[in-house]
Amino acid sequence: MTEDDVDRIDRNRRHFLTVATVVTGVVGAGFAAIPFLASLKPSARAQALGAPVEVPLGSIEPGEMVRVLWRGRLVFVLRRDEDMLARLPETISELRDPNSEVIDQQPDYAANDTRSVRPEWLIVEGSCTHLGCAPLEDFEPRLVEGWGGGFFCPCHGSKFDLAGRVYKGVPAPTNLRVPPHRFVRDDLILIGQDTGAA
Amino acid sequence: MARVEAEVGKRPEGVLGGLVKWIDDRFPMTETLKYHVTEYYASKNFNWWFVFGVLAFVVLAMQLVTGIFLTMNYKPMAAEAFASVEYIMRDVEWGWLIRYLHSTGASFFFIVVYLHMFRAMLYGSYKKPRELIWLIGMMIFFVLMAEGFAGYLLPWGQMSYWGAQVIISLFGAIPVIGDTLVEYIRGDYSISDITLNRFFALHVIVLPLALIGLVFVHIVALHEVGSSNPDGIEIKNNKDANGKPIDGIAFHPYHTSKDLVAIIVFLMIFFAVVFFAPDMGGMFLEHANFEPANMTATPEHIAPIWYYTPYYAILRAVPDKLWGFILFGLSVLLPVFLPWLDRCRVRSIRYRGWMYKTALTVFVITFVTLGWLGLQPATGTYVLLARIFSVLYFAFFLLMPYYTSKDKTKPVPERVVYHG
Amino acid sequence: MGKLKVIARLLVIVVLMATSQSFASGGAALEHSEIDPDNISSLQRGARNFMNYCSGCHSAKYVRFKTIGKYLELSEEQLIDNLMFNAEKTFETINATMPADSARRWFGTAPPDLSLMARAKGADYVYSFLKGFFLDPDSPTGVDNTVLAGTSMPHVLWELQGYQKALYSEHIEEGMTSHTFEGFELVTEGSMDAEDYDEFVRDTVNFLAYIAEPIRSERRKLGVWVIMFLIFFWILSAMLKKQIWKDVT
Repeated sequence: MTEDDVDRIDRNRRHFLTVATVVTGVVGAGFAAIPFLASLKPSARAQALGAPVEVPLGSIEPGEMVRVLWRGRLVFVLRRDEDMLARLPETISELRDPNSEVIDQQPDYAANDTRSVRPEWLIVEGSCTHLGCAPLEDFEPRLVEGWGGGFFCPCHGSKFDLAGRVYKGVPAPTNLRVPPHRFVRDDLILIGQDTGAA
Repeated sequence: MARVEAEVGKRPEGVLGGLVKWIDDRFPMTETLKYHVTEYYASKNFNWWFVFGVLAFVVLAMQLVTGIFLTMNYKPMAAEAFASVEYIMRDVEWGWLIRYLHSTGASFFFIVVYLHMFRAMLYGSYKKPRELIWLIGMMIFFVLMAEGFAGYLLPWGQMSYWGAQVIISLFGAIPVIGDTLVEYIRGDYSISDITLNRFFALHVIVLPLALIGLVFVHIVALHEVGSSNPDGIEIKNNKDANGKPIDGIAFHPYHTSKDLVAIIVFLMIFFAVVFFAPDMGGMFLEHANFEPANMTATPEHIAPIWYYTPYYAILRAVPDKLWGFILFGLSVLLPVFLPWLDRCRVRSIRYRGWMYKTALTVFVITFVTLGWLGLQPATGTYVLLARIFSVLYFAFFLLMPYYTSKDKTKPVPERVVYHG
Repeated sequence: MGKLKVIARLLVIVVLMATSQSFASGGAALEHSEIDPDNISSLQRGARNFMNYCSGCHSAKYVRFKTIGKYLELSEEQLIDNLMFNAEKTFETINATMPADSARRWFGTAPPDLSLMARAKGADYVYSFLKGFFLDPDSPTGVDNTVLAGTSMPHVLWELQGYQKALYSEHIEEGMTSHTFEGFELVTEGSMDAEDYDEFVRDTVNFLAYIAEPIRSERRKLGVWVIMFLIFFWILSAMLKKQIWKDVT
């Protein structure tokens, strides 16, 4: 074995050890980062405060809407009357996504013509899908203008129909989001949970 | 050896090389890296006493990161502080780990810094031309003490409250301005929500910024004169043809690879505490601090956290409020003057005579004993012992000019002692 | 290798310090609680005891039912049926049934929150306290306690333990009379014998120690992995250091 050989073996070994140490260090640092990143998640308290909310429906008249908060987010509960439901199909040509094809915006059970579990009850988050402003209600139809009534966002002018579907030609890209919810009884819904025990 | 160094100092080729050049034309990146890392030469005969500086740096970084994440969940209000710490411990995912890392880190900061300072005393690292490094280091130590003290109030437990009460009251011993000063520190007539609020500001902004700045200056000063070594010889006095110290080796990859081993060993001990004994039997997290601050009842036995207890023992040994405060202050301040108190011609303990060796041994025993005494109740024998050891503590410093100049020294070699 | 020895010794010191917990006690010698934090069924019994006998007056306001349920291996139904008497949702924390204001009026002081009691005072303290009630006709509650003299807490477990009186021996030294506590004597029988009562208290204290630091067992498990990783990393880095330092002559 010449001196050169000894040298080469050493250098290979050194290279291997360097790489192995660096890789181990990076893996270690990666693991060490997990607790810090995970600590940024909503804590147990945030989860407790963000628990599902019950909304009694008994006192809401047809055509009337109430605002509730779930996880600190605004949710519209609108009892659509017969007229409102009847107007829904009339402005379909004006809408960007009339058939609720963007699947993230509603649970499967609300991906229908009325975007609801029961046609009468619309449950949508009152948060414009553009930049999160709270849309205003504007239920008066002005069919001449192609407006069948719905929600209007004061920040940047996005428009949504009475099923929370977004109009064409406005900044908001998608329909208003339907939060997970279910009917506990005919006159009581639970927002924030769709299956399992209450 | 030369080959490896050439490799390290080489500028990478291709796109990366281009980028490096682009930056170098605008910012002294490669130059700085060379000066402080790849071509910073430190003696090859460093022993393990020389790792504590790097370890202190690691702990500082860890405290900054964990501290930032704690700040995100902590509430600096008397009504909510204690609960917010429990919130971190229970409700925030992994919050318990971040908190334990920070509380254990505080104690380890002091362990490492005390050992780092002891290294300087062993090898005369504070002697000319490194006096300024020592002075800056002492300032770091003072800021660290303040940082630890301010941080200890934040959990708003019984020990937080009463510990702060006792230590802040100390300043009341100063004649004339004492009482006013105490009120200015507290911002109130007693320790309150207001005090907590400002201690929070000190702990998370003012003092950490000071600490970072001082550490930066500490390292710049160190790299200006160069690191000392266990023989206390200037390696710059023996240079090769290229002007590189013959006994010096580059910080990277030699000292970095060695420091990495030290860091990992340190982390093993550190994590053993974090995961298996975060309270350290009541030393790192005091039991009484798991009770919320109660202004109407002092805990049965109150002592500061362990890293202040040597000075606290001296304070209690004096049966007079003003003199207690003065001697307490002196005991903290005296090490500042070491570079001038030490008159010995040689730096390293290796070539010093029996007098300094004895004095240093007695000092270590004194410091540890005082630390232990500070944790005990101030009664009978303990007070007597505290007085004896307080005298020894001051004697070490005040008699130093005498015994270091009289001490018989051994001849110092020309080159550092290194056995492959 | 010298280095290995030093590290091993340091680790031993850490373990010793961890196991030798020292707590301040009010003078009386404390009995060892001998709790077993890994005994899940003991913790389950302790949780039941706590909810039945303690939570009427004491809160554990940092503790969520959900956390307990998970660690004690209880299903949601078991949790709701057996432990959650005054709470509806599993994410709620343990509140005292009695409002703090009325408690303060009745006892003179509000019963303390018990989330951290075992950590602040030590398990032995709580264990000895719960066993340390004795008859004292001068006290408004009829009892006093050897661990915490003058406590305003009544002996809520008297139906289980019965009532005991404290026995003292008298010493006269240089004209001064002093009393030394010698032990208890049962005056009224409870529904449990001494052994069952000890077990009952032990389970309860075990539960209190658990809620004081619910993460304890998880951190220890994780610690083993972290240390193992570091040992591997250490070996690797030591080999690298040795290799690189071959340059240094």
